[in-house]
Amino acid sequence: MTYKAKFRVWRGEGGEGRLEDFTVEVNEGEVVLDIIHRLQATQAPDLAVRWNCKAGKCGSCSVEINGKPRLGCMTRMSTFAEDEVITVTPMRTFPVIKDLVTDVSFNYEKALQIPSFTPPKDVKPGEYRMKQIDVERSQEFRKCIECFMCNNVCHVIRDHDENKPKFAGPRFLMRIAELDMHPYDVADRKDLAQEEHGLGYCNITKCCTEVCPEHIKITDNALIPMKERVVDRKYDPLVWLGSKIFKRSSSKTG
Amino acid sequence: MSQTTTDSPVRRQRAQLKVRTLRTDRWWLAPALTFVALASFIVYGFWAIFDSSYFVEPYVAPFSSPCLATSCPEGARFLGFAPFGDWFTLPPGILILGLPAGFRLTCYYYRKSYYRSFWLSPPACAVSEPHKKYSGETRFPLIIQNIHRYFFYGAIVIGAVLSYDAVIAFRNHEGEWGHMGLGTLILVVNAVLIVLYTLSCHSCRHITAGRLNHFSRHPLRYKAWTWVSKLNAKHQQLAWVSMFSVMIADLYVRLVAKGVITDLQFF
Amino acid sequence: MDIERQQFDVVVIGAGGAGLRAAIEARQQGKKTAILCKSLFGKAHTVMAEGGAAAAMGNVNSADNWKVHFRDTMRGGKFLNNWRMAELHAKESPDRVWELEAWGALFDRTADGKISQRNFGGHEYPRLAHVGDRTGLELIRTLQQRVVALQQEDAERTGDPEAYIKVFAEFTVTRLLKDGDAIAGAFGYWRENGTFVVFEAPAVVLATGGIGKSYVVTSNSWEYTGDGHALALLAGAKLINMEFIQFHPTGMVWPPSVRGILVTESVRGDGGVLRNSEGRRFMFDYIPEVFKDKYATTEEEGDRWYTDQANNRRPPELLPRDEVARAINSEVKAGRGSPQGGVFLDVSTRLPAAEIVKRLPSMHHQFKELADVDITKEPMQVGPTCHYIMGGVEVDADTGAAAVPGLFAAGEVSGGMHGSNRLGGNSLSDLLVFGRRAGAGAAAYIDGLAVRPAVSEESVVTAHEEAVAPLQRTGENPYELHQELQRSMNELVGIIRNSKEVSEALGMIEKLRARAKNVGAAGTRIYNPGWHLALDLRNMLLVSECVARAAIIREESRGGHTRDDFPVMSPEWRRKLLVCSASSDGSEVNVEEQAQPSMRDDLIVLFDRDELKKYLTEEELADFDAVAKEAS
Repeated sequence: MTYKAKFRVWRGEGGEGRLEDFTVEVNEGEVVLDIIHRLQATQAPDLAVRWNCKAGKCGSCSVEINGKPRLGCMTRMSTFAEDEVITVTPMRTFPVIKDLVTDVSFNYEKALQIPSFTPPKDVKPGEYRMKQIDVERSQEFRKCIECFMCNNVCHVIRDHDENKPKFAGPRFLMRIAELDMHPYDVADRKDLAQEEHGLGYCNITKCCTEVCPEHIKITDNALIPMKERVVDRKYDPLVWLGSKIFKRSSSKTG
Repeated sequence: MSQTTTDSPVRRQRAQLKVRTLRTDRWWLAPALTFVALASFIVYGFWAIFDSSYFVEPYVAPFSSPCLATSCPEGARFLGFAPFGDWFTLPPGILILGLPAGFRLTCYYYRKSYYRSFWLSPPACAVSEPHKKYSGETRFPLIIQNIHRYFFYGAIVIGAVLSYDAVIAFRNHEGEWGHMGLGTLILVVNAVLIVLYTLSCHSCRHITAGRLNHFSRHPLRYKAWTWVSKLNAKHQQLAWVSMFSVMIADLYVRLVAKGVITDLQFF
Repeated sequence: MDIERQQFDVVVIGAGGAGLRAAIEARQQGKKTAILCKSLFGKAHTVMAEGGAAAAMGNVNSADNWKVHFRDTMRGGKFLNNWRMAELHAKESPDRVWELEAWGALFDRTADGKISQRNFGGHEYPRLAHVGDRTGLELIRTLQQRVVALQQEDAERTGDPEAYIKVFAEFTVTRLLKDGDAIAGAFGYWRENGTFVVFEAPAVVLATGGIGKSYVVTSNSWEYTGDGHALALLAGAKLINMEFIQFHPTGMVWPPSVRGILVTESVRGDGGVLRNSEGRRFMFDYIPEVFKDKYATTEEEGDRWYTDQANNRRPPELLPRDEVARAINSEVKAGRGSPQGGVFLDVSTRLPAAEIVKRLPSMHHQFKELADVDITKEPMQVGPTCHYIMGGVEVDADTGAAAVPGLFAAGEVSGGMHGSNRLGGNSLSDLLVFGRRAGAGAAAYIDGLAVRPAVSEESVVTAHEEAVAPLQRTGENPYELHQELQRSMNELVGIIRNSKEVSEALGMIEKLRARAKNVGAAGTRIYNPGWHLALDLRNMLLVSECVARAAIIREESRGGHTRDDFPVMSPEWRRKLLVCSASSDGSEVNVEEQAQPSMRDDLIVLFDRDELKKYLTEEELADFDAVAKEAS
C-alpha cells in the first residue's frame, strides 16, 4: 500500500515564498498531516506547520489542500489518486508567519470585541435551570473548534482585506447568535451584529458551512436566524413604528 | 491576544500566490449549471407573462394566477373577482407577478445561488471574485433583501391560490365536479411543492419560533418550528423542484389552451 | 542578545483548564497575570477530554455527595492518593462546575433543567457533567471566554484589555529563574520568531499537563513533553508518584497514523461492550478481588444495570481504567485480539444508530473520518494508549505550592490527587478545583512577600546559551532521538514492567542523554519545529528518567504501575511515596522513598473495615479500629 506521492508545499517567511516540490512516502491510512510530518522528519526539518491534537478536535492544522480549506489531520490520503499532485498552502486570508503557519490574531481581536455572556444579576451559580431544547441551538455553535477556516474562506474578507475592520466573520457572528439564543443572556446583540460586526456583509453564499469540519450549519442555523432577528429589530416596519411610539426597551422576546 | 509584541523581521502579508484559486476540481460546474437553469426560468417567465393563452377550463396557468382583471375569462377569475377593471389592458399576470418573483428573489437560498452564479461573488468557495469592492447587503439596493419576510406573507397567499386552482381543477370542461385529468395531477403536485417551498422558508422558521429563546415555554410553536426546520433543511431542493414544477405546470396549461396537446382525462 | 522583558505578578505556564482557571483566579484577586501557552489560545490538550467533569451535584441520583465521591477517588487511586487533595476535590468540584455555567457553559440538561450527569468507570453514581462527548472543549472555551470577559472589564476600567491579564500564545518556557531559593521569573521564546523573553514575576504557576509524548502510542498531543515536570525539577522542586502512568484502555489502533487517539469511556458508560476475537465479553474474567462485590458477574445483570442501577451491579467494562487496560493487554497477548492488534469495542449492537450519533457524536465523526468505520454498524478496534500521568510536582494540597517558594502547580503536572490511578472525569474537575487554588495560592504568596525577588543577569545568560545551543550545532536530527526515546519507553516502561526491561530503558536513556547534547537544528529561529523539538528533548529525557527510576524501585503492582515480577499490591508499599529530584543542570536524577502521611480520622472512618483491610497494613488497621471505636 506504500507509494510515493508528489507534494507541492508553500515555503517561505512573511508571505514571500514559493511552492516547493517534494516526493514523499505514503502508507495506508495516513492523512495529509502525517505526510507533512514525514517531510519534517526526513527532508525539511524546519518546515513549519501548526498542529496539536491530530484528531480533528483542536482546530490547529487548518491549511488549504488543493485550494480547499481543510484540516490536515482529517484529510485522508486515500481521497487522492496516487499520481495526483497535492498542493498544500497556508490559509489565504491571514498573513503568513512561515510556510503553512499563519498569523490568526485577527480572530482573537474579533473575539475580544464581542460582549461576553451577560446573565441576569440575580441568578447565582447552581441556580441555572435550562431545558435541553432551549440550549440545543447554542450547543451546536459551541461545537466550534475555532479552526478559523470559515473566516478564511469567507469572500467578504478573503477577497477584500479592507473589510476586516467592519466584519467579524462567520465564526464570531455565530458567537453572537449563540449568545443571543442563550436562555439566560440579557444583553442586546441585534444592533451590534448589524452595525458593529457586519452581519449585513454576509451574502449567505454558505462557504463557511461548506468548510466547517464540525459540520455546524453556520449559515442556516446561526447567520440567517440572526439576520431574521435583526429584521425584527430594524427592518420590520410594524416593530419600528411600535418602538417609535412606545419607546419600547430593547428586551428580548420569548 | 497577541502572538508577538515585536514586529517580525519580515513584512506581514498573505501568501503571495498569484493565482485565483488552487482548486483542481471542476468548481465552475455548479455555478454554470445554476446560471443556465435560472436564466432559462427567467426567459420562460418573460414569455409566459406576455402569453395570453393562460386559461383552459378548468385549468389556470400558475404564472397568471390569480387572474384579477376584467380581461380575464369568467372562469379564470379568482373566486369570480375582478378588482381591476377594463382600464387594465396589460397581461393580467403582471398584476401578481411581483409576489412570487419577489419571494424567490429575496429567498435566502436563491440569493446564494445567484450571488454565486450571476454575480460571481464568489463563484465557488475559495475562488476569488472579480469585484474590487464589496459591501454585501449593507446598503441600497441589496439591503432590501431584508424584506423577505413580507414576500413570505404574500407567498402564503399565492400558495393558497394555487391550492385553490388545484382544487377547482377537479372539474371537467362543463364545470362538473369529480373529474380529473393529467392537468389536475400536475397542478396538485405543483401546489404541494409550492406550499412546501413556501413553508420551508427561513423567515417562516423564524416566525414560528426561531425568534424565541425559550422553546420550552411555547410547546406548540416549538413543535411547528421543529417541523419547519426539517423542511428548511430541504429548502434548496424544494426551491429547485418547485421552480421546475411551476414551469412545467404553467407550460402544460398553456399548451393545452393553445390546442398543441390535449389534456389526458383520467375520469 | 536581544531579549524582551515583561513584568507580571503571576506567570501561568500552560493554558489548559488548570492554567486558565489559575490565571482567572489570580486576576480576580487583583494580580497582574500572564498566561503563556505553547499552542494558540484555546487549543490546549484539555479539548481532548470527552467524558465529562466529575462533581457530586446529585442531579441524577440524589444519594450522591462529596463523601461518596471521595471514597470512589481513593478507591480508584488504590488509597495512595493525597487524601487532603481528594477531599478538597470532592467537596469543591460542584461549585467549580456551577461557576462555569455562570460563565456561559452549556452542559447537557436533566428533564428538570439541571446539569445532566453520566455514569463513568469507578464512579458509584452518575456524576459526570458533560456536553455530548466534547466536554473538554466546552470547558476550555468557557474559560477562554471568561478570560476575554475579564479583559473586557479591564478595558472598560483602564482602557487596556491586557492591563491585568495577557495571553502569550505560541510561547515556550525553557527555564524558571530564581533569586536565591525563591522563584523570580521565567525564561522562554516566542515559537513564531524565536525572540527570547524574560518574565520577571515572583510567582509562577505550572499547568503544563503531562508527559505522553515520551511514548509512541499516546492520546496526548505534541505539547505533552513534560515541560512543567522538568522545569520544576530543574528549579529544585520534587516530583512524586512518577511511576504511575495511566494507559487508557481504549485508544484507536488503526490506521497507524492515529494509533493512540482516544476513544472515550462514555462509549462503555452508554452501553458499549468489549469483546475478544471469539466474541466473548472477556471483562467478566478480569474482575479483581478488591472489586468482586461491586461489579456484575453475569451479562444479564450487567445489561440490567443500564436501566436499573439501584438493583443491579455495574458491568465490569466500567472497572477503573488500569484494570480494563491490563485486561485488554492480556487478551491481545493471549492471541485473542482483533486483526489490528486490539480488541473489539461494540456499541452498534447495543444502541439504535440515531441514539449513538446523538450521544457519541464526536466518536462517530472520528471513526468515520479517520478510520472509515461506521460505529453505528460495526465494532471499533481499541487498545491501551498512554493517556495520563498521575505523578507530578509535589504540592501543598490547599495552595498548590511546591517546595520552591513562589512555585505552584495544578492539573496533570501536579502529583498526589489521583494516587496510583485516576478515575475518568476526575481530571476536568481536578483542573478547576486546583487551578483555582493554585491561582489563589500564588496571589496570597505575593501578598506575603516583603521584597520582590530579582532576576539575575547571570541566570538569563545561562538560559539563553542553553536555548540557542541546538541552532549552533550541526549534529543529529532531533526527530530521530525522539522516536528512539518513544520506542524505548513504550516497550520497556509501558503498561507491564519488570526489573530487567526497566533497567534496559535506563541504559537507553543514559545513551540518549549523551546524544542529545549534540543534537542540532537546521534553519533559523523563525517557527522552527526542529529547534523546538531539540529543546523539548531535554524535558522528555529528564522526565522519562524519573519514571523509569521510580518504576524500578517500586516492587509491587498498583494502579498505573504493573510489575510482572511483583504482581501483587503490597500494603507496606502503600505507605511509601517515591520522590524524584534533580540537580540544577539536570545531569543527576535521584529517586528516594518518603513516608505517605496517614489519612485524617474523620476521613478514614468513611470506609468499611472490610474494604480497608485489602489496602492497609495490620498496624494501620489496628489504628483504624481504635479510631472507629472512638467515633461510634
